[in-house]
Amino acid sequence: MTHQPIHGPAHVYGDNIDTDRIIPGKYTKTLDTAALAAHVLEDLDPEFSRRVRPGHILVAGRNFGCGSSREQAPVALKAAGVAAVIARSFARIFYRNAINIGLPVVEVEDHRIQPGDEVSIDLAAGLVINHTRGETYRAAAMPRQMMDILAAGGLVNYLSRHGDYV
Amino acid sequence: MAQTIAEKILSRRAGKAVRAGDIVIVSVDGVMATDATAPMAIQAFREMGGRRPWDPTRTFLVIDHAAPAPNETVANLHRLMREFARETGCRLYDVGEGICHQLMVENGHVRPGDLFLGADSHSPTYGAVNAFGVGVGSTDLAAAMLTGKTWLRVPRTVRIVLHGGLRPGVTAKDVILRLVKELGADGANYRAIEFTGEAVHAMSLAGRMTLANMTAEMGAKTALVDPTGLRLDEPFEPVYPDPGAEYEATLTLDVSALRPQVARPHAPDNVVPVDEVQGTPVHYAFIGSCTNTRLEDLAAAAAVLRGRRLAAGVRLVIAPASKRVFEEALAQGYVATLLAAGATFIPAGCGPCVGSHLGVPGDGEVVISSANRNFRGRMGNPRAEIYLASPAVVAASALTGVITDPAEVG
Repeated sequence: MTHQPIHGPAHVYGDNIDTDRIIPGKYTKTLDTAALAAHVLEDLDPEFSRRVRPGHILVAGRNFGCGSSREQAPVALKAAGVAAVIARSFARIFYRNAINIGLPVVEVEDHRIQPGDEVSIDLAAGLVINHTRGETYRAAAMPRQMMDILAAGGLVNYLSRHGDYV
Repeated sequence: MAQTIAEKILSRRAGKAVRAGDIVIVSVDGVMATDATAPMAIQAFREMGGRRPWDPTRTFLVIDHAAPAPNETVANLHRLMREFARETGCRLYDVGEGICHQLMVENGHVRPGDLFLGADSHSPTYGAVNAFGVGVGSTDLAAAMLTGKTWLRVPRTVRIVLHGGLRPGVTAKDVILRLVKELGADGANYRAIEFTGEAVHAMSLAGRMTLANMTAEMGAKTALVDPTGLRLDEPFEPVYPDPGAEYEATLTLDVSALRPQVARPHAPDNVVPVDEVQGTPVHYAFIGSCTNTRLEDLAAAAAVLRGRRLAAGVRLVIAPASKRVFEEALAQGYVATLLAAGATFIPAGCGPCVGSHLGVPGDGEVVISSANRNFRGRMGNPRAEIYLASPAVVAASALTGVITDPAEVG
């Protein structure tokens, strides 16, 4: 599978955004992804779930997704329409979970993305382009294992296809 | 090649010698998911075409995060877990039996040298029994249920050497809070932590669990506690690091002068000695969570509150780590002491720590808690403030109504 082009306006937040702020624990006990999306980032920015549109890009600082192992966090972002998350660094469980459910995550240590900037991501080349500022940023390399899982659209598709890790 | 504990355990599971940085596919010794993560894992497992886990006897489901069910949605997720366990023969711990990590250790499901996957971020707790415990999400767990394997990058190891002896009233919780402050919220991201030193050798199993548990708050992939001094019911083969093993860094702390520590809102690494927050009024005291509500924690709280009453206007809620812990605390008289002081017991489980139910704080209320996280909204209300501390500090604060060093009320 080839990746869909990712291009959209950026929503920008800060460092150490924990999974409780991505989706509070009181809402996580459900398999209804729309119910998760309705509360995404609620305690960080109550307006976010109303402003986000399919294809928008979330941009954050260091250690995005720290805390709980709840996969509901990337699921809620994806269900809300977020096409990708760019952060200066990610907490490891969130990073894995996002790839596993097919939500692209891109680690870019150095960037100057501001709220509303038009950003596109070329996953194969590992590049993030800020069209508003005319800048290009290099993303940290992703292990081959993860690229394969992401290219399959997530770990469920990957294992349905291969039956095992290859 | 001299290896760290993490490299040794993963080499065994990979079937070849591995070192930090390698990406490996490894067999797992056990997997665990809770009612917060198992329903999604079961769904993903079925979507992958799974029918029965690779080894149902090594697959554990625990209903602890919202147990007993607070509403019909959760009740139906619990039903899904029970049906799955019945169909596949995997082991289910139902409501009230206890907190997942406590149950895995207490029942010997995780053993020294194991690689154990938990769909819960506090899975590094298993390092207390010298096992490589790693937290994953639901889909990774489903994949391990299907294949008996997972993939991971062999972590670099940071060695933490704890010298000296703890003063009375100072505990493993105070040590780990101090270390979370030192390393910061992402200070151990992707790393394994190895704990060693005479202060570790002297720690009980419960203390080791507390220590390993909160490495999650520095982002660690796993924590491995030196098995010297570890006592388990069954004989075991300890895994030690090789002399000359390569560490990314070594951090040394003499704990002899350490005072009780408190994490202020709204981050677990926002830690100060208790003196700096002493006198802060509290409304709600909570003793619970996979971090700190084992027998010795209830003993510490009972020692503070024996023959006394909670301050007016303060409630103390206690959720024991497991039914067995509760039974032992009953037998020892701790439960009677705490009840007489005015405490309220709720069923063994996670409840208030994760904001599920059984103790959500009100707007503007201040909580002193023995749990592991004080993120905004963590306990179910973003307008409450949570301070984290040891059970002794929580009990002393419940007694006086303000954050208090237990030494002051001894």
